[in-house]
Amino acid sequence: MSLNPDSFFISPADVERELARAGYLADDSIATTVFLAQALGKPLLVEGPAGVGKTELAKAVAQAGDAELIRLQCYEGLDEARALYEWNYKKQLLRIQAAPDGQAWDSTHDDIFTDEFLLERPLLAAIRRSGATVLLIDETDKADVEVEGLLLEVLSDFQVTIPELGTVKAVRRPFVVLTSNAARELSEALKRRCLYLHLDYPQPDRERDIVLAQVPGIEAELAEQLVRTVGTLRALEIKKAPSIAETIDWARTLLALGLDELDEAAVARTLGVVLKHVSDQERAAKELGLGKPSLKS
Amino acid sequence: MTAPTGARRSLVDRHTAFVAALREAGLPVSVAEGLDAVRAMQVIDLGERETLRAAYAATLVKRPAHRQTFDTLFDLWFPAALGDGAVPPDRPIRRRESGERRVPPALDPEVQARREELFELLLSGDDPGLRQFARTAVAEYGQTPGQESWFSSGVLRAMSAETLMARLLNSVLTGQDRGGMAEQVARRTFRDRISRFEDLVATEVRRRIAEDTGVERTARLAVRPPLERLDFASASRADLTALRREVYPLARRLASRLTQKHRLGHRGRLDFRRTVRASLATGGVPLTTHHRPRRPHKPELVILCDASDSVSAFAHFTLLLTFALREQFSKVRAFAFIDATDEITKYFAPGTDVVDAMTRMAAEADLVWITGRSNYGHAIKVFDEKYADAITPKTSLLVLGDARSNYGELSLPILRRMVDQARHAYWLNPEPRSQWDTGDSAASRYGELLPMYECRNLTQLAEFIEELA
Repeated sequence: MSLNPDSFFISPADVERELARAGYLADDSIATTVFLAQALGKPLLVEGPAGVGKTELAKAVAQAGDAELIRLQCYEGLDEARALYEWNYKKQLLRIQAAPDGQAWDSTHDDIFTDEFLLERPLLAAIRRSGATVLLIDETDKADVEVEGLLLEVLSDFQVTIPELGTVKAVRRPFVVLTSNAARELSEALKRRCLYLHLDYPQPDRERDIVLAQVPGIEAELAEQLVRTVGTLRALEIKKAPSIAETIDWARTLLALGLDELDEAAVARTLGVVLKHVSDQERAAKELGLGKPSLKS
Repeated sequence: MTAPTGARRSLVDRHTAFVAALREAGLPVSVAEGLDAVRAMQVIDLGERETLRAAYAATLVKRPAHRQTFDTLFDLWFPAALGDGAVPPDRPIRRRESGERRVPPALDPEVQARREELFELLLSGDDPGLRQFARTAVAEYGQTPGQESWFSSGVLRAMSAETLMARLLNSVLTGQDRGGMAEQVARRTFRDRISRFEDLVATEVRRRIAEDTGVERTARLAVRPPLERLDFASASRADLTALRREVYPLARRLASRLTQKHRLGHRGRLDFRRTVRASLATGGVPLTTHHRPRRPHKPELVILCDASDSVSAFAHFTLLLTFALREQFSKVRAFAFIDATDEITKYFAPGTDVVDAMTRMAAEADLVWITGRSNYGHAIKVFDEKYADAITPKTSLLVLGDARSNYGELSLPILRRMVDQARHAYWLNPEPRSQWDTGDSAASRYGELLPMYECRNLTQLAEFIEELA
């Protein structure tokens, strides 16, 4: 398979540079995987715990590639009519009633199954777009198993068959990103068709850079202290480890409270920003020697 | 790497051998995925080892649990260096000759100099430096004179990185920080770096062994089963922590699958009223029938688990998992026994901390009658005397244990009565099936009363729970 002629990126290093311009700090493996997804024209499945920047990655790719982002949010009960396309029944009905008396059924029939009466949903919209497109299929694990079958069909050939209109083929393959929290194991067949990227909590250095980039005005030393503390919290046996998003929230909280050092008192006051289970807070307070956590503040 | 037909041929050979090794280690790599990897190699810079690793990982490894196995094998098939590697000119490698007199490491000035170097690297967290250092250290101390093979123990003993901890902490902490949160955080940072160093040494030792004895052989010895297939009995301390971490995500996955299964299950009774109402739209003809949602089956669970040391790891996981799945079971009561039985439900109240629950259970529950060795017969008798009312016709009874009663009594009639009273009864045995009925195991005698399942790893446990709910 050759390089896509109208590709966004020319090398992994280029990906890293472009994503950084879009405000996303990628490491080596993220950059390489994104580059490969684009070079091989394959969907990219991004899996990992909540809040490590899976959705952000798709948005950053769209921004870096100057492409439009089309998003399909998955949820329980998502079906073809919401994901792919639907006929606009009301409008069709109006058209039939408004038809002049003498018009033959055949021509009416041909009339109401045209583009005008088609409601495009994200998957079809992404396929029909001629411009550069990033299709984000978010929280794929939340959707029912049947949706995976639908995705398989769309993502392997990038075409959709509408019985009344014929087959719609992608003019230009969209860059597809699927995200999953692994609440459910996705099917082998879907995984096989995708490139796989496991995003985990970042290394302290990278997380510090992220905090510095996302929270302007924070001291480098405080950011360093912050990510090390978050790292320690993640190593504890707690129910929900703090995510990158929560680290950033924490940094903002400290900044807003005007705290310039993260000592025991500061952590005890603001622990609720990163740990959201009472038992987790108690455990952290015990392990870090904070005394009693003040849950009210 | 020097096949006569040229580098290209040799690369393809290496690729196919690598994919074969991944499959042998239990990674489901399909032919299509192998081809994807080859295509990926055509568009990336093969000189960059980490890029190649990322490309292989993206195309072949689709489960996080397989990543560690993959990394081990990748390091063997695509080694970072050959032989001693590129040696920095200012630090020549010094090997001891076989006749040389051994000096205890603590007195050897060479060792001390190296430790000083390691100290600086750990303090600064310089990863490439640490990698290079591990390579040199293995070249110097990985092979005892006169021995053929390579060992990481010699390197780790000579460097004894753990003993640098006190100095590392001293150099970043001032007096007032001691004992507080700052020390905790610093300690963890350094512990991570030290274990990173130990990993690097282990990788390096595997690479040297592979150079001497062949990659395939080393791979077979080096690869450990992924976490979900790891035997509870053979898990190390670190594995146990990792396994415990796995319990909540596993419970969440199971719970979502179980609710889905319930929803997809058979439809309930016909809802006459809704059907008639819906038929109005079609002129009184009931085209579509409506049904009442089926009442989900939520078993009441009584768990009777052996808490003696031989099976404790296994019992912990099963208890944790069932309590994490509280929503799936309308009521869970747990009892632990060694040679007496006590109720332990209260230690697992919602929101309790996992580690606490375990320690409190071990310290407070009254599990020992005389010997402190498992006695199934007496334990069952005590249960029957004190808690017979726990088992009702709605109960699913779950017994966890290896059925090794130290040649004591078995109380078969009492257990038979309990099984008859319960709606379902199962026995989970953490021993491999081949060891059942050996020695003091009464597996098949208990197995006649209630179905006994082998349950040795997370996968088997999850499968069983799914069947139960």
